[in-house]
Amino acid sequence: MPELAGAIQEAARKLLEEKKVDVVIGFAPGTLPLRSTPCFVHRPEDAAGLTWNRSCENNLANYLRKRTDKVAVVAKGCDSRSIIELIKENQINRENLVIIGVPCAGMIDRKKVDRRLAGKELLAAEESGDSIVLKGDGFTETIPVNELLHDSCLSCRHPNPALYDLLVGELLPEKGGDDFADVAAFEAKAPAERRAILTEEFSRCIRCYACRQACPMCYCEECFVDCSTPQWIGKSSDARDNMLFQAVRVLHSAGRCADCGACERACPMGLSLRNLTRKMVKDVQELFGYEAGANLEDKPALADFKAEDPQPFLIEE
Amino acid sequence: MLINKNELAGFLDQLMSRYQVFAPVKEADYTNFKQISSGTEATLDYSNTKIPPKGILFPQTEKLFSYSCGTEGAQVQECIDQQKKVVFGIRPCDAKSLVLLDNVFNNDKYQDPYYLTRRENTILVGLGCNRPAGTCFCTSLGGGPFDTTGLDALLVDTGDKYVVEILTERGRELFSGTTLPEAGEADRAAAAAVKETATVSCTVNLDGVKAKLDTDFYDPIWDGLHEKCLGCAVCTYTCPTCHCFDIVDDAVDANGCRVRNWDACMFPLFTLHGSGHNPRPTGKERFRQRVMHKFKYFVDNYNVMACVGCGRCIKNCPVNLDIRAILAEIQGSEARLDK
Repeated sequence: MPELAGAIQEAARKLLEEKKVDVVIGFAPGTLPLRSTPCFVHRPEDAAGLTWNRSCENNLANYLRKRTDKVAVVAKGCDSRSIIELIKENQINRENLVIIGVPCAGMIDRKKVDRRLAGKELLAAEESGDSIVLKGDGFTETIPVNELLHDSCLSCRHPNPALYDLLVGELLPEKGGDDFADVAAFEAKAPAERRAILTEEFSRCIRCYACRQACPMCYCEECFVDCSTPQWIGKSSDARDNMLFQAVRVLHSAGRCADCGACERACPMGLSLRNLTRKMVKDVQELFGYEAGANLEDKPALADFKAEDPQPFLIEE
Repeated sequence: MLINKNELAGFLDQLMSRYQVFAPVKEADYTNFKQISSGTEATLDYSNTKIPPKGILFPQTEKLFSYSCGTEGAQVQECIDQQKKVVFGIRPCDAKSLVLLDNVFNNDKYQDPYYLTRRENTILVGLGCNRPAGTCFCTSLGGGPFDTTGLDALLVDTGDKYVVEILTERGRELFSGTTLPEAGEADRAAAAAVKETATVSCTVNLDGVKAKLDTDFYDPIWDGLHEKCLGCAVCTYTCPTCHCFDIVDDAVDANGCRVRNWDACMFPLFTLHGSGHNPRPTGKERFRQRVMHKFKYFVDNYNVMACVGCGRCIKNCPVNLDIRAILAEIQGSEARLDK
């Protein structure tokens, strides 16, 4: 990881020095253990502040829409897939973007860390091979990385950036197809049970819209929840309205969601938002054979029509 | 007085016959203040709640009045909550935040009957912090792990019991009529020892921050500070002192209710005018507003900063935009003479 950080710094410094870009968006060390923070580097001498480790969890594609300056961005597999969709949707001018691709072996989920520590406060952490050493007042615990990764990283099939101009580090082996076992298990439940689970989950939503704001694909000029004429959805925090908000948000991302998990990572209440987004990802793959962010060539599912497209939602005579 | 930990649930059950009791309750991976229906639901073994207890007095969604129009004209029914409440186990920082909120809801210009009625009927029983978290910086804002500001009583955890310190007449009223044993010399000494050892290691230097904010509204520093901010409301909704709200009608035809909801200055809609003009058009203006409100405007209005150092915004921000770092940058910025 330190080598990767060094290589990112070097690439950023060079791009800024040669004036190929105005800003490099990457990660800097954060202020909490296991926490890196998005960082905007404007001067070559500040490139030394960039880092790379297992806590670079934010999807930086979110900062790239509608920019008029020349930008370089540090992109993991998932960031790059969102970038591809945003290019297709004309939100990013490819000519003004330099993608510094970084193969990603997965990011750590601090909620899982907290669960493992059961109330003890994490004061320091270090990566040691395939383990993470967690330290606090009077304890040291060594835990395999795999037990602490985000669920979205565990199910991720594309650790390598799908599009890049510069590559930092070595490409990782690609994984096989996604079996969507988690989605299938949820689909198998009775409707009443699914409803009960979702109602319980979304009763905890505080409508802070962190999920919407963290999602690179949520960029409507006016979000339907903010619209007052007509008012599509209640403004108050209410389990049914919360569920409606999430359902519409997820449907809006159909065929566009790269399953990066940014929504779930941003949620302060720990809601299982990927339970919904992955259903969409699975349906779009199964019905239309489209995977968001796989490449620049495939026409987006919502922009394409084929006579043989399945139409199970139509009522047949 | 003393509460033995194994008798806490029974004590809370006693209180429930006289008050609505709100206590920290385990929910998913965190704790939040909830009205309890059994003393066993409460867990005082917590660092701080995910959502601050301000919502007990100023709910996220609050019905102000309901209305209906019938053949006999319009009927309006006001909803003032007059239930007697106890908030049990509130942290000193959160109790202090309510004293700050009093400035907003009870001042020369406005007296908010919804908040004030609840406030008058609510007794605050604090729980001192034996082990402040690494993100706690209450002492930098005049608080402390055993600060009693706003509290009616304070509990000090001495291991297998809580030593109760009565602080106000209301606190006395709450504990009178209960059958708690008196604290002995040894218990009081143990409580004093706990208070001695609790340390807040994180400090934020606020010297000169207000003076800088007085003059740096147009400082280029704001161009960079907000860059990574997503513009969500995590910091505001988890902040014990943020209090901005929006009022909407929840109605079908002419029948419905008027509702007050938490709102956040980080949303564009917060300042969007009917004309379409937005005086805070980008994240820069919105982020500046949040910092200014807490560390300048609130001081201008009420002579105190609107922050208690609870650390929730630090722990919950999805991009680790840390208010401590922001304040340090402002403090370290060059003083300006232009206004």
